[in-house]
Parts: sequence; C-alpha cells; structure tokens
Amino acid sequence: MSRLIWPALFVLAAVVPFLHPSGYLLDVGVNIMMWAVLAYGLNVMLGYTGLLPLAHAGFFGIGAYTTGILTLKAGWSFWLAWPAGIALAALAGLLLGLVAFRTRGDAFSIFTLGVGVIITLVINKWDALTGGNDGLNGIAPPAGLEEASRAIGLKLSGGFYLLALLTLALTVLIVARARASSFGLSLLAIRGGEDLARSAGVNVYTHKLRAMMLSTALAGLAGGLYATYVGFLGSAVTGPTTTFTVLLYLLVGGLGTLAGPLLGTALIYSLTQTLKGLQDYQYIVFGPLLVLLVMYAPHGLAGLWTRLRANRPARAAKTKEVSGA
Amino acid sequence: MLDVENLGIRFGGLHAVRDVTATVPAGQITAIIGPNGAGKSTFFNLISGFYRPTTGTVRFQGEDLTRRPTHEVVARGVARTFQTTTIYRELSVLENAMIGHRVRTRAGLLDALLRTPRERQDARGSRDGALRALERVGLVRQAHLPAGALTQEGQKRVGIAMALASEPKLLLLDEPAAGMNPEETVNLMALIRELVAGGLTVALVEHKMSLVMGLADHILVLHHGQLIAQGTPAQVSRDPAVIEAYLGSHAHGGQMGQGAQGGEAAHA
Repeated sequence: MSRLIWPALFVLAAVVPFLHPSGYLLDVGVNIMMWAVLAYGLNVMLGYTGLLPLAHAGFFGIGAYTTGILTLKAGWSFWLAWPAGIALAALAGLLLGLVAFRTRGDAFSIFTLGVGVIITLVINKWDALTGGNDGLNGIAPPAGLEEASRAIGLKLSGGFYLLALLTLALTVLIVARARASSFGLSLLAIRGGEDLARSAGVNVYTHKLRAMMLSTALAGLAGGLYATYVGFLGSAVTGPTTTFTVLLYLLVGGLGTLAGPLLGTALIYSLTQTLKGLQDYQYIVFGPLLVLLVMYAPHGLAGLWTRLRANRPARAAKTKEVSGA
Repeated sequence: MLDVENLGIRFGGLHAVRDVTATVPAGQITAIIGPNGAGKSTFFNLISGFYRPTTGTVRFQGEDLTRRPTHEVVARGVARTFQTTTIYRELSVLENAMIGHRVRTRAGLLDALLRTPRERQDARGSRDGALRALERVGLVRQAHLPAGALTQEGQKRVGIAMALASEPKLLLLDEPAAGMNPEETVNLMALIRELVAGGLTVALVEHKMSLVMGLADHILVLHHGQLIAQGTPAQVSRDPAVIEAYLGSHAHGGQMGQGAQGGEAAHA
C-alpha cells in the first residue's frame, strides 16, 4: 500500500503550484521540503544506525557554501556546483567518520557536536572564501529554472517549489532503497546491538562509514538547495541550533520511519511559522506540546500511527516490543 | 580444526586466560567447562575473535586468525552465539537470520541505491540462505514473526540460526542451555547432535553437566584461566585436578558429577 501512497502524495503535491497559491504558502512548502531532506539525512544515522551525530548543520553548510562559492566566485553553473557540494559533504562525512567511529554512544555525539561547532567557526572566520560575518550575497537561482517555470505557466517560486519536491522525492527514494536492502538491514543490526552485529559477521565500521556518507550527502543536498533558494548564506545557519531544530523535527515525526522526517518537519515548521508573532513566547506553546509528545507518542507521529493501526489484541505485545527497540 | 597456542589475555593485572594450548577437533562436540570465573567466556571471546589476545595464537584450519577483526573470523567459517538470548527481538525471525547471512553477500550502499543485478542476486541469496538456516533449526514457519514473540527456546534457536546463516564450519555456543527447562534442554541437545551429524563442528561453554556429559566428545577444563585437563568425558571426570578444582570451590561443590565423588550432589 505504501508503495502507492508515496507516488500519489508527490503527484498531488506537484499540482499545488498550478493552483496559484500565495507566494507565502509556496515558501513554506519549499522550506518544509528542504529541511525534511536534512531530517532524512539525520534519520539515516539516528533512526536506522542508532547513532546521534550532531554536526549535520555543518554538513548542510558545507553543501550550501560549496554551492554558493562555486557559483559566485568560480562562475560554475548551479547544476555542477550542487553535485560538487553533495560530494564534498559526503567526503567530509567520511573523514569525520574515520575518526569519530573510534568513539561510541554519548562520546560520539559530543565529538561530532564539537566538529559541528568547528565547521561553523571555520566558515565564520575564513573571510576570503566564505565572506565571514558578512556572508555570501546574491547567489543566483539555478540557470534555466525561471525559463522552465514560465514555459509551464509558473513563476520562479513555483519552479523552486517543484525543484524542492523533486529533491525530496529523490531523497525518499534513496532512503527507502537503502533501508530495504541488506545494507539497510545491517544498519538496523548495528542499531540493535553493535557487538551482536559484529559477531553476526557485519563489518560494523564500513557500514557505519557508508551510512555516515549517505547521511551527510543528504545534508549537502539540502544545503545546496538552500543556497540557491535563499540566495544568501550566513554562518549562523550551519550551527548547532539548526542541528537541534532538525533533530526536533525528526523526533516529533518518528525515528527510523520513512514518513517521520517529513511529518515532523511539516508539523513543527508550520507551527513555528504560525506562532512567529508570539516571538519568544511561542515556547510556552512548544514546551507543553513536547512534553505531551514524549509522554504519549515517544516514537513520534509515525510511531503513533503504527501503534493505532496495529491496535487492540496485539497491543500489549507491541508496546513491549517497541520499548525493547 | 581450531588450534590455540599459549593463548592468554590480561585485563589490567588480571590474567583472565593464561597460556592455554588446546585443540577443537573437527566433526566433534567440544565442551569448555570450569567453575565460575574460570575464564570460559573470556576464552570463548578470544577464539571467536571478539577479544584480542595479549599472548598466543588462534589458528583455524591452519590459518592464523589471531589479529583478524570479528567479521573476518566469521567469514572464515567461525560463528558464535551469546550467553543469553541475544538476538534482535524487534526484527522478524527471518531478518535475524538474514543479518547472519550478510557476511556472505557483497552488495553495498551503491548497489542498493541503483538496484544493481548484484543487489537483486544478493537479496535473493540472503533470503534463501536465511531460510536454509531456519530450516536447520526448525523455525521456517515462524519466519515472519517478530523474534521477541518466540519462547525462550525459540529465541535460542533464532540465535543459532543467525550463526548458521553465516555458513560456518565451526559453531561456538556460549551456554546454550542457560535458562532452559529439562525438556527444552533435551530438544536443544538433539538439535546440536543433528547439526554435528550434518558435518558441523561445535564447541560450547556450558554449566549444565547433564548436557556436557551427554553431548560432548571432547572436554576442555579451565580453572583460574588455565587449562587443567582435556580429554573424553570419562577421562576428565576421573582427573584428580578437575575433581580438586570443582570440590575445592564450595559454591560449586559436586557440580562436576558423574563418576566423581560429587555424582549425587549434581542431581540434588
């Protein structure tokens, strides 16, 4: 059934810009899809492999800044700069993994958090390359996007929306395929117990490295899109605040599920936008909401859905099983 | 089949295993016994490549495995199970076995993303390999249940299936009968005999003497991390050093049983 749900969902979403909604609505849509891609990247590590890396905004930044610098300063086409940013983010993920996977558990999270902060600092201080505190201004929209949008009767915002949708669809496809393979099953084995996975013959180290590369490549994918969409880059967006925001999206949506990252991002991002007028007081709404979520849906929205569907007779067994996961 | 020479490991100042030289003969059932804290499990972790020894060598079919990472040891044909029912309870029985078969497949992340022919072939192979293993332990009908829903004995079988799915030549069982009732223990013994009859070599650590004496062809006795005796069950149970080791430690007096003075106590 879910094989049909996803394509149907994407087709439906693709129709939206043709209904000529407000620019604001399209902007919310693009942002949700963009941040969801980053949440999917984090989910590969935290949801499937069971490791919490806290440098993802840094890899998002590497993708974004590579794209921005190559288009602005080297005059590359966005369509080449974007893949370059993704490749660099994956490579950086590999390098981080080579060192970070010598640690486990909390030490791994703290180590990667430190690396995330360092990435932001480097971006902030390397004036000549990144523009430092001033950031990078005037990153152009992808070549040909405006023309293509007009050809199908849309504005540039509609074109961006469709580009983000395609990116999200590609991300979901990639993650779904990885999860369904024996590679993905090995990641679940690592999540369930690293020692057992090792004894069962899984090469834990190389599997973690691959998972990390996939995860950071997706962060780079989101970053490149962000660069061209927003047109301006500042180092703040590459910092831990972004990482923790996306972590929140993921936790709300449901770890280790295919729908979770999108659901969580959509809900929390729209809520943040709606409550923007309240400024700092919005946390009065967020706080209790999170407490309720942790109490009644510890496995996120997607987990709640699974539990409701698999209800009644199997319920006791199911909750027990989930808590053991 | 498996030869260890001067094998030892030290944790800080403690010699958990010291200078053990022994052989696990092919096609037989070898039991590793000894009082609590004798270093059996540590020895087990050494030969399965889980711990790195500080001294000595482990050879399997003539090949030195001493410094190999665990997954390579598994690839060479040595698989193990854990003391308690250590399996993936939230995954299905089939998926557990498929994880065990992973070491025989090559498809990686790129294969998965591009759905290469290798990925498809491996996906089939992995399923088939897992089902073969489940067949050997009699769990084919439960393949799609979550492993955590099975009985204690069933979960033990899942653990064994996970090890068998890696297509081992030597199977290492760490206290396979722990937590089992007598009837389940008998079933387990029958399963182990069946596997050995099918050409597998088995080595096990076990506390239940009825199982050891009824099953093992060859016994290694560890005490304070050292090998104090080896031989057939009859030889070992008559060995003065073994009797001393068991009767000397009060907590386990008489555990040795059968033929030795402690025979009655074992059945008490």
